Amino acid sequence: MSSVHVSTMINGDEVDFVCRPDESLLDVLRDRLGMTGSKEGCGTGDCGACSVTLDGRLVCSCLVLGAEAGGHEIETIEGMADGEDLHPLQQKFLDHAALQCGICTPGFLIAAKNLLENNPNPTETEVRYWLAGNLCRCTGYDKIVRAVMDAAKDMRKGHRNAA
Amino acid sequence: MPLDSENKTIVPTEFKTVGTRPVRPDGMDKVTGRARFGADMSAPGMLVGAILRSPHAHARIRKIDTSKAEALAGVKAVITSKDLKAQPGCDMDILVNVMARGKALYDGHAVAAVAAVDMSVARKALKLIEIDYKVLPHVTDVDEAMKPDAPVLHKHIEHDYHQDMLETADHVKGKNEKTLPPGKRPSNIAGRYQFGHGDPKKGFREADVIVEHEFKTEATHQGYIEPHACLANVSSDGWAELWVCTQGHFMVRDTCASLLGLDVSRLRVTASEIGGGFGGKTTVFIEPVALALSRKAGRPVKVVMSRDEVFRATGPTSSASMKVRIGAKRDGTFTAAEAILKYQGGAFPGSPVEMGAMTAFACYDLKDVKIVGYDVVTNRPKQAAYRAPGAPMSAFAVEGCVGELAEKLGMDAIDIRLKNAAKEGTVSSYGPTFGPVGLVETLEAAKKHKNYKVKLGKNQGRGVASGFWFNFAGQTCTTINLNIDGTLGLAVGTPDIGGSRASMCLMAAEELGIPYDQVRTIIADTSSLGYNDVTDGSRVTFASGLATIYATRDLKAKLCARAATIWGIPEEAVDWENGAARPAGANAGNFDPLTLADLAEQAAATGGPVAGHYEVNADGAGPSFATHVVDVEVDPETGATEVLRYLVVQDAGKAVHPSYVEGQFQGGAVQGIGWVLNEEYIYGEDGRLQNPGFLDYRIPVCSDVPMIDTVIVEVPNPGHPYGVRGVGETSIVPPLAAVANAVSAAMGVRATTLPMSPPKILAALNNKMRQAAD
Ligand code: FES
Ligand code: FES
Repeated sequence: MSSVHVSTMINGDEVDFVCRPDESLLDVLRDRLGMTGSKEGCGTGDCGACSVTLDGRLVCSCLVLGAEAGGHEIETIEGMADGEDLHPLQQKFLDHAALQCGICTPGFLIAAKNLLENNPNPTETEVRYWLAGNLCRCTGYDKIVRAVMDAAKDMRKGHRNAA
Repeated sequence: MPLDSENKTIVPTEFKTVGTRPVRPDGMDKVTGRARFGADMSAPGMLVGAILRSPHAHARIRKIDTSKAEALAGVKAVITSKDLKAQPGCDMDILVNVMARGKALYDGHAVAAVAAVDMSVARKALKLIEIDYKVLPHVTDVDEAMKPDAPVLHKHIEHDYHQDMLETADHVKGKNEKTLPPGKRPSNIAGRYQFGHGDPKKGFREADVIVEHEFKTEATHQGYIEPHACLANVSSDGWAELWVCTQGHFMVRDTCASLLGLDVSRLRVTASEIGGGFGGKTTVFIEPVALALSRKAGRPVKVVMSRDEVFRATGPTSSASMKVRIGAKRDGTFTAAEAILKYQGGAFPGSPVEMGAMTAFACYDLKDVKIVGYDVVTNRPKQAAYRAPGAPMSAFAVEGCVGELAEKLGMDAIDIRLKNAAKEGTVSSYGPTFGPVGLVETLEAAKKHKNYKVKLGKNQGRGVASGFWFNFAGQTCTTINLNIDGTLGLAVGTPDIGGSRASMCLMAAEELGIPYDQVRTIIADTSSLGYNDVTDGSRVTFASGLATIYATRDLKAKLCARAATIWGIPEEAVDWENGAARPAGANAGNFDPLTLADLAEQAAATGGPVAGHYEVNADGAGPSFATHVVDVEVDPETGATEVLRYLVVQDAGKAVHPSYVEGQFQGGAVQGIGWVLNEEYIYGEDGRLQNPGFLDYRIPVCSDVPMIDTVIVEVPNPGHPYGVRGVGETSIVPPLAAVANAVSAAMGVRATTLPMSPPKILAALNNKMRQAAD
């Protein structure tokens, strides 16, 4: 199977890669680009651990082909903090102990960021439904929901760095 | 907190650092994607490994032909059981589970493996391996498997059906009952356990009310989000390295070395960050395969399981079939209790029925009690530990009966438990006498909680259940090193699953009287520290914590000696207080305190590096009890159950980092909710697993559950310097029963079969209506 050449923007950087036509974006990120922050929990679009955004839309990168990413902008967990400055969601996840093992955390953060970009003032129910595509087996979701609500509150006040 | 939910701790403490809620040391790496989990590592020249698995539940392997796969370009090694020879003293069950020999025992059983340059070549190679199977009759249900005429998995497992005919004869009833010859015969019954004391027959005669039910639970998977992954590198001179997501890298080292015939000292195992385990990562599956592939290919090999493989070939817990009987006086006092538990362990012996039997009645003070447990093999994946292994199922049955007794006697669900609760001095149903334990405290706190007072509406029900777990201690070895700048490096050997590095830093800082972030805890590899038992049994905060405290005390004594040298006074005249060595006593002299930084600066001149050690086979893990209260609403149209509110009250002994203790409570509760309402292994007629993916094996998602309220009770464990008990496991013991009791109350019918999925609830409701109409 011959490889394809793909040009993308990832976390604001121009990134070119080659991949097989059947390779997922998740595999490209992890195995070809060394960006292992996105995780594979299922490979079938059921767990959300591989969440990234593609032109601002939340997607499971395990369901997107690497070749499909050509000409698009991708954001991953590696681009969420601004240098040493954590995104308020990242800080709130730490403050609220909203992670135990942490394997689901990158996916949750990407999905939650996408939620707050679409709806800066979500209700608890809206948070729960938006994050229903992300599985966490450790936390029981309680502290995750609290962290997202708390980050949303601070972000509405305009503090980017809410810590 | 803007949300209508409260989390509070009861007993105030005199600790400075322990009991606070700082950010965990590995947190930054985990929120930025930098943390390296099992599948995140790579090595130069790395190959990928893939495993071929049996499509049959039970089949003789007549022939394996790997020649076509070997000939494929890009394939560097192919292995079968021939490449994993039985070594003297190795655990044959584990070896056979890792790679089938002679027979495939379940759908998903590994039969061969390849290492290739990439995954697409590896997949092609798997398709080229030819296997000649003779399909055999199979059995996947525990009750069916116990019958004398069931297909037998292992000829060497034998059972005498007459021995237990009198009390537990259900499985021999039927056509064979009278014709069975006495004596042992090949069987799927691999073990029988019995616990208890007194004379239950007499106890039941004294009862005014007796409740008896049969219960069944299905197998559920631990469902950790990270599939098993490892990277093995065996060099031609026999030195080997393994990077692996595991709950116990020392266990992985010893097991792999013994399966592969390697010197233990030649295999160095590093534990990656671990993306959940819950007991499911306390054994080996792919690790010996990766090592064998690497040995054969002469290159590093990474093996990562797919989700389908995780479901088909790693441990779910046991399914269980149980009968429980409890008798009580009119005032609610239990007079006798009996249970028969049958757990299936999958294709090999080792179901957690013994622990199910020991924990079944542990919450109660009983004079006359008896529990019999059967360990049964079936054509399913070998079960693995799942959080308080064995206990949730027996608690589901026992607490279901307790709930019904309360109803029959018109008693409050908490009062009846308080009346019979185990406390200090109670002789437990499994033998030992309890020391200070906190069941009564959890019941009282639950009764006081606002959730217990909420008025319920139509189709709603409230469920209460208590639960018990022993908690483990075990072998632990810890080192704390003073760095040149006065900070500390703490090396522990127990993988951190849920935030234990934070707890270790808190305990070391507490001992030394220094800020939390002056200590950095790492998980040392197997070549850097003495042996450590697995992160299981809720033992880490207790045992590694205890070792951390004593290693730090060892360090403090050495630091005081250094200060004595510097000051030229006797060692006894130096004390450690508030982060510094200070002269103590009338004649010690007048010296300025020496801090860690001061002592570190002068370390070279006073004898060299300073480190504290502690090695122990720890004892004294305090058992932990919990009480859960849950309200549900059952939709009579669809059979769907909504969890309205949920309360966990549990004794932590001492909550070192309360946020992570709450997290354990909440996580356990939600796993339990999944187990009761939805999760199950579904087998087809062909014995194959029908739902090996997160779409069809659906664990609770965020919108399925409410906030989980928690109350931490602290009844100190005298076996630990800070009073710590384990907390991780007890939290999954009560939820099955608590939710089932709530569902039963909402439906007006007792729920005895899990999961209580909508079709089953609808059937139960329809049945009830039919009976009412008759
Ligand atoms: S790995 Fe993509 S959704 Fe699970
Ligand atoms: S923290 Fe472990 S899966 Fe979410």
